[in-house]
Amino acid sequence: MASDPERGTSARANLQPLSLYVPEPKFRPGDAVDFSEVHVPPAGETRRPDIADKASTFTDLAYQLVRVLDEDGQAVGPWNPRLAPDTLRNILRSMALVRAFDERMFRAQRQGKTSFYMKCTGEEAVAVPAAYALDYDDMCFPSYRQQGLLIARGWSMVDMMNQIYSNTADRLQGKQLPIMYSVKEAGFFSISGNLTTQYPQAVGWAMASAAKGDTRIAATWCGEGSTAEGDFHSACTFASVYRAPVILNVVNNQWAISSFSGFAGAESTTFAARAVGYGIAGLRVDGNDALAVYAATAWAAERARTNQGPTLIEHFTYRAEGHSTSDDPGQYRSEGEPNAWPLGDPIKRLKDHLIAIGEWDEERHAAQDKELADEVKRAQKEAEQNGILGHGLHQPLDTLFDGVFEDMPWHLREQQAQMVAEETASGRPWARK
Amino acid sequence: MNMIQAINSAMDVMMARDPDVIVMGEDVGYFGGVFRATAGLQQKYGKQRVFDTPISELGIIGVAVGMGAYGLRPVPEIQFADYIYPALDQLVSEAARLRYRSAGEFTAPMTVRSPFGGGIFGGQTHSQSPEGIFTHVSGVKTVIPSTPYDAKGLLIAAIEDNDPTIFFEPKRIYNGPFDGYWDRPAQNWSKHPAGEVPTGYYKVELGKAKVVRPGEALTILAYGTMVHVATATVAEAGIDAEIIDLRTLVPLDIDTIEASVKKTGRCMIVHEATRTSGFGAELSAIVQERCFYHLEAPIERVTGFDTPYPHSLEWAYFPGPVRIGEALKKLMKD
Ligand SMILES: Cc1ncc(C[n+]2csc(CCOP(=O)(O)OP(=O)(O)O)c2C)c(N)n1
Repeated sequence: MASDPERGTSARANLQPLSLYVPEPKFRPGDAVDFSEVHVPPAGETRRPDIADKASTFTDLAYQLVRVLDEDGQAVGPWNPRLAPDTLRNILRSMALVRAFDERMFRAQRQGKTSFYMKCTGEEAVAVPAAYALDYDDMCFPSYRQQGLLIARGWSMVDMMNQIYSNTADRLQGKQLPIMYSVKEAGFFSISGNLTTQYPQAVGWAMASAAKGDTRIAATWCGEGSTAEGDFHSACTFASVYRAPVILNVVNNQWAISSFSGFAGAESTTFAARAVGYGIAGLRVDGNDALAVYAATAWAAERARTNQGPTLIEHFTYRAEGHSTSDDPGQYRSEGEPNAWPLGDPIKRLKDHLIAIGEWDEERHAAQDKELADEVKRAQKEAEQNGILGHGLHQPLDTLFDGVFEDMPWHLREQQAQMVAEETASGRPWARK
Repeated sequence: MNMIQAINSAMDVMMARDPDVIVMGEDVGYFGGVFRATAGLQQKYGKQRVFDTPISELGIIGVAVGMGAYGLRPVPEIQFADYIYPALDQLVSEAARLRYRSAGEFTAPMTVRSPFGGGIFGGQTHSQSPEGIFTHVSGVKTVIPSTPYDAKGLLIAAIEDNDPTIFFEPKRIYNGPFDGYWDRPAQNWSKHPAGEVPTGYYKVELGKAKVVRPGEALTILAYGTMVHVATATVAEAGIDAEIIDLRTLVPLDIDTIEASVKKTGRCMIVHEATRTSGFGAELSAIVQERCFYHLEAPIERVTGFDTPYPHSLEWAYFPGPVRIGEALKKLMKD
């Protein structure tokens, strides 16, 4: 260590030693959970600015929580989107369908029918109401936990399952990990396994739409853990600079595999507040409140569509189940957390609301659950007729080389021919079903 | 020990010996890593020395450069090699050149651990073998073990080494060696001599290859999972091949390679990474430059195909015994 002849290194001797701060979640396995420190403001309290207001005039919203559904199941306050009962019932149905789909596919993975699955249990109100608030031809750039977008857009579950099973009818030809869907027709951008890469891409799509004088907007989603990636920050910068017509959703479900949100900076500020530094409109919403998510998305969409620029929405929610089929949350968090989560179950909350306004009842709900379970089961049967991953290869071998380039160059043609010849010569060709 | 335990043991040994060794990465702390490679280390050495990081590969490596400059020996984990790309700039432009550009004033003595390779149905983003990208960069070392014994000894050597090292762990053989037939029962390291791993300190020197199987008919150059696939294929084919486990790609043990190919006159190179501009191309050029007059047949490369890693077609992509066997026949034809 270099020493200053005047001060010398010894001048430091009476300084307090520095110490490194490493965040730690409140509860670990075995701990009793107490979420009383999580501030949940009353529904209806947070103001709703005019969409034409400058983002700098409502930075307070980045630190609050937009909530519509109150403890009695009533929809209250300025963010109440005042949806028709039919729409509410449709949203509820889609959310319940997502849960039924997840249950079934999770079990399929456990039965060895596919290699991998990811549920969004407890987060159904993040994607589903957003899908209802956006136009069908707006482009969504999701992460792997927004299967609700496809379900809410009425996309075929059989088609989704075909992808999960990598079977003969898989539109992605067995090339992608299960749940990494791509459905351009339903405005659902191809999912990447590399976190947050979709963020700047969504901004680029939105910029292109604006540059072409189109009317469509883009929306993207990432987890709170993923906001630490550089792509997130590049996306915010571009979105801000070009006032891109895009909605940047951060799904704060408290956990990134085993790392709690503190490792993405949650102890210092909110994720919605990321927007403030970029001069983007930031909103923090109760992510378990379908009406709040709908209202926030509709508001952000209107801002985007009227050239007011991007909005960043933090969805405050909780990942009720494991990260994926490879994960055991019991290893790192208290078992009590999912049930103690103060914002409740998003499906139950919307159901209670519909019942409270006299548009639904428990019997109909139970009947619907049964009907949805049957619907998913039927879809599964149909998809499994096209094969399951557990039964080996379903795609013709040579399709391995399709889609690397538009036209196949000589070296790939050569490798393709080599592979087919070797497999034929081997006597144990892959074409077993 | 299996390979994960050996890797864990290497970090344990080094953390106990050297208070400057620290471990960081996504999920490595309390949870002990998604593959459990860092299990128990935080409990033993505390949060100041073993901690979770934000999900920011660029941040992880950039911070490790700064820690190295301070004088620590960070051992950052990149959860899957497929996620090393966001960190490329810090690795390639910064860590790799710090010593050179500061004339030795600053160095970045880090060991970046990362599971790599396919064979676990991980799809495109949990299966890649990006070693060729790093061997192409001047200033980083690239190490790939194929056994628990080597994994521990090489990791200790890498942590002690004063240069930045990329340590790729073949995840397909974390739990046991693998003969390339995906549908055969899994093997276990406990029955393999290289599964016997001392609990204490020992080193396997960087830059030294290992002759896994001595032979006269041809030389097979391989590393990681492919060492085992090649060994099984050769046993099945009954060919007297000399199999060399390279163990470190940079620095490369040129003497062992040269001596072997000059002896056998034939050379096959096996890796799982895509073919074009892969490390096999470099090996092939080196062998051609140094052993041309001894070669009795063109050099054979057996590699992954030049496509992204496909999910359900994984075993068609994987350079298994069928592909290696065909190449063996071709190489031994005349
Ligand atoms: C670039 C990159 N780094 C690491 C990973 C491994 N990984 C997959 S999911 C995940 C956690 C993501 O957490 P978060 O963003 O909070 O989303 P959540 O899963 O909670 O929805 C990690 C670290 C990855 N897929 N991509």
